[in-house]
Amino acid sequence: MNTVPHWGIFITEPMILGSDVLIVLTSVAIVFVLTKFKKWGWLWREWLTTVDHKKIGIMYLIAALLMLFRGGVDAELMRTQLALPNLSFLDAEHYDEIFTTHGIIMILFMAMPFIFALFNIVVPLQIGARDVAFPYLNAISFWLFFFGALLMNISFVIGGSPDAGWTSYPPLTELGFNPGPGENYYLLALQISGIGSMATGINFLVTILKMRAPGMTLWRMPLFTWSVLSSCVMILFAFPALTVALALLLLDRTLGAHFFTMLHGGNPMMFINLFWIWGHPEVYIVILPAFGVLSEVISTFSRKATFGYGSMVFALVAISIVGFLTWVHHFFTMGAGADVNLFFAIATMVVGIPTGVKVFNWLFTMYRGRIRMTLPMMWAVAFIPCFAIGGATGVMLAVAPADYQYHNSYFLVAHFHQALIGGAVLSLVAGMYYWWPKMFGFMLDERLGQWGFWFFNIGFYVCFMPQYALGLMGMTRRIYTYPAGLGWTVPNFISTIGAYMMGIGFLFIVWQILYSIKHGKRDVTGDPWDGRTLEWSLPSPAPHYNFATIPTIQGRDAWWMAKQGELDKKDFLPDKDDIKPIHMPKNSGRPFILSVSFFIIGLGIVFGVIPFEVIGGLGVAFCMFRRSFEYDTDYYVPVDEVIHTESALGRLQG
Amino acid sequence: MFRRFSRHLGKISAIVAAATVLLTGCSPEYQVLNPVGPVGRTEEHLIILSTVLVAIVLVPVFILLAVILYRYRDKPGNTAPYNPEWVDSRTLEYVWWGIPIVIIGILAAFTAKTIFTLTKPPEANIKPITVQVISLNWKWFFEYPDQKIATVNYCEIPTGVPVQFELTSDAPMNSFWIPQLGGQEYTMPGMAMRLWLQADKPGQYNGYGANFTGVGFEHMKFKVVAASQSDFNAWVNHVKTSSPVLTKAGYNELKKDGLANEASYSAYPPGLFNDVVMQNGGQYMYGSQTPSNSNSTKNSSGNMSNMNMDMSNMNMGH
Repeated sequence: MNTVPHWGIFITEPMILGSDVLIVLTSVAIVFVLTKFKKWGWLWREWLTTVDHKKIGIMYLIAALLMLFRGGVDAELMRTQLALPNLSFLDAEHYDEIFTTHGIIMILFMAMPFIFALFNIVVPLQIGARDVAFPYLNAISFWLFFFGALLMNISFVIGGSPDAGWTSYPPLTELGFNPGPGENYYLLALQISGIGSMATGINFLVTILKMRAPGMTLWRMPLFTWSVLSSCVMILFAFPALTVALALLLLDRTLGAHFFTMLHGGNPMMFINLFWIWGHPEVYIVILPAFGVLSEVISTFSRKATFGYGSMVFALVAISIVGFLTWVHHFFTMGAGADVNLFFAIATMVVGIPTGVKVFNWLFTMYRGRIRMTLPMMWAVAFIPCFAIGGATGVMLAVAPADYQYHNSYFLVAHFHQALIGGAVLSLVAGMYYWWPKMFGFMLDERLGQWGFWFFNIGFYVCFMPQYALGLMGMTRRIYTYPAGLGWTVPNFISTIGAYMMGIGFLFIVWQILYSIKHGKRDVTGDPWDGRTLEWSLPSPAPHYNFATIPTIQGRDAWWMAKQGELDKKDFLPDKDDIKPIHMPKNSGRPFILSVSFFIIGLGIVFGVIPFEVIGGLGVAFCMFRRSFEYDTDYYVPVDEVIHTESALGRLQG
Repeated sequence: MFRRFSRHLGKISAIVAAATVLLTGCSPEYQVLNPVGPVGRTEEHLIILSTVLVAIVLVPVFILLAVILYRYRDKPGNTAPYNPEWVDSRTLEYVWWGIPIVIIGILAAFTAKTIFTLTKPPEANIKPITVQVISLNWKWFFEYPDQKIATVNYCEIPTGVPVQFELTSDAPMNSFWIPQLGGQEYTMPGMAMRLWLQADKPGQYNGYGANFTGVGFEHMKFKVVAASQSDFNAWVNHVKTSSPVLTKAGYNELKKDGLANEASYSAYPPGLFNDVVMQNGGQYMYGSQTPSNSNSTKNSSGNMSNMNMDMSNMNMGH
């Protein structure tokens, strides 16, 4: 294997040395704290082995925020380098690594775990289930994601990060042009976490279809759950294409195959097709749940049911189908014929129709409502104009002949940041704020949150509006510096200021969370926002079995109807005589060990170290073998314990 | 403070937006919006048309949002109607399904017309000139099959004449973009792509490599000089008489990873472009045909049906 790491790099590169020192210090600090407070056992029992969807959701959220920080630091480094012409803050090699990891981390290791966090935290509570359909598999999904992300993140300090863009187009990513281990890291990290993503898609599809409380027909399902359902269907059809693309490229790189090389009949174009057959639906996989969050938040804080529920559901399903027919718009300029380009141009524009309809339905949800400008609502409202512009520039890019001018320029960069930040991030943050009390049982500080909101949102426009202009000025993406005299200096400088503002906004959010852990108001009602859906009928945080007795659902927004007196509120509280032993899954350390084994295989393949591959492979085989012959996987929560818990919460009837 | 700020936010953003539009129109830095040829102009018209069409949806959304947020705010004494049961209206739904459908329909019609137009030479009655382009790590190589000369990192074209750029790559794929003449097309190893452009005004225009190809990518800029036919002819003669010959060995040297200065050659190895296409995978696509001659009409270029999209007319480009 010609992928020997350059060990000298560890001491000669100040940035890598700095990262090394930080990693070592942080690890030592974590180990010290855990040992000092005797928390190792707690960590293992309560978190590493948990199969509880609520805890898995929280771990996804923490991971997503950490990755948002990492990807954000990448962004600040890039914007610093581009603030003025001819800077040498970063050299080309580092810049290339950083824009690559920024893209990979933000999409696959920030946005994906963020939506999975909300899937996990919200869906079972919203449909009246006690856990997901396959809790053990759910833990495997999380740990595979976690170790995939870890593999990606250690690349910077061990051997070098991938440096060919998050799209990883061959032949640039083939051995001939890219011999280092960086690209292998990319392929393995995505492959390992991708298995987890597919499992999550299956898990929530089955959970939503099979585990809804009695009476909750599909047509009574909250819109967030509908959006998760659509997103999961897309995961099932999209991710296999990525798996195949990554596997074939890995075969090229490790076993000398020629699927995508320039020689011996390889065809780089095939990778690009496969990548975007996954890659475009991936955008909708991330954005559909964000739409769902928005429907919940806007309806709650307008004290009004979502306008045009049927239309909203139809739009979600339509997007999830048409979203599969647009992938070629990522390469209108790669020589497809006029007829092919026309088909994909129109299909792409068509996606704009249901999306536009959703925007109008959200507006009319607020119309004749009573709008409370709480933090989640502020982020949701900021989403509407931001995403509307992002969607509009998307339609402009879909016009293929115009795209010949936008393609690979900063106009495109501005567009997809606006679609993904304006579309996904703003509403995911809204969702985080909205369900925060449900997760943790306390409220987040409003004042610090407002500072975070204004810095981030104003910063966004300051950062990305100039980039549309830069695109029309001919600035191409992925250049590490630019000459003076093209008129690019001023917009770039403004854009960098905006990026710093967004960074400050993020720091305010972190401060807000840390501050509120100590000083935040406790939520003792379980329903701090005057919510509409089932999760707000539970205490915050919900007991580990969620529902002592499963309520029967008699309408859409049933909890709201109960509070309005249209349904009996007592139906949502457990009756002493109705409580039966509750069937629950047992914790297991195996998902963690299985994923560590995958990590070892990954590391082995990255560097071509066969003993690692063998050890990891044996670990995986052993875990799967043990699981196949395991029968003691569940237990019953005794009635006494349920009664004790519920009466302590003051919810017990009769 | 936040409340006061948010009240002014609308005004501020309106001013910023207006200023942006005004600046955009006049300033010469906006290369895409200052085209000098028919292809760039056609694309600019489409850009403006699509901007106006999406604005028809965007502007009402912004106005509605601002009005609704203000009028229906949750404040004691707000007399605006509160009607939590009003959650459906067939008529309204028809309106906002209908309007985007009409807008997309209009946009799709113009898109279709332009996509097909751009696959043809911008002027039908003038004999086009051909320039073959090879992207290398990290420089641009231009050869003139009719004039039999070659250049590096700059090219010269006659004004008022359609230029047929034939594109390929002898390195990872790049993208060939001269914003003031028109949109880009990729240079792909093993394929001969086609891009029609034309300059109507003499001048010097910026060209960019638009697709990332590794550490030297930033330096893949090139210069395009448009000159009158007589000046162009004079330049060709000058290159023919005063520049060195590029040998096969010289090309292989040029091909190595690294940067290069502008250069001119009075001759280059014959058939270089086709050889490069064939070596990099073209032999599997074009069979015994010559890639650069299998042009214009729908051709039977080898066994391309095994690709999952219709690339058989790839050399139509746009």
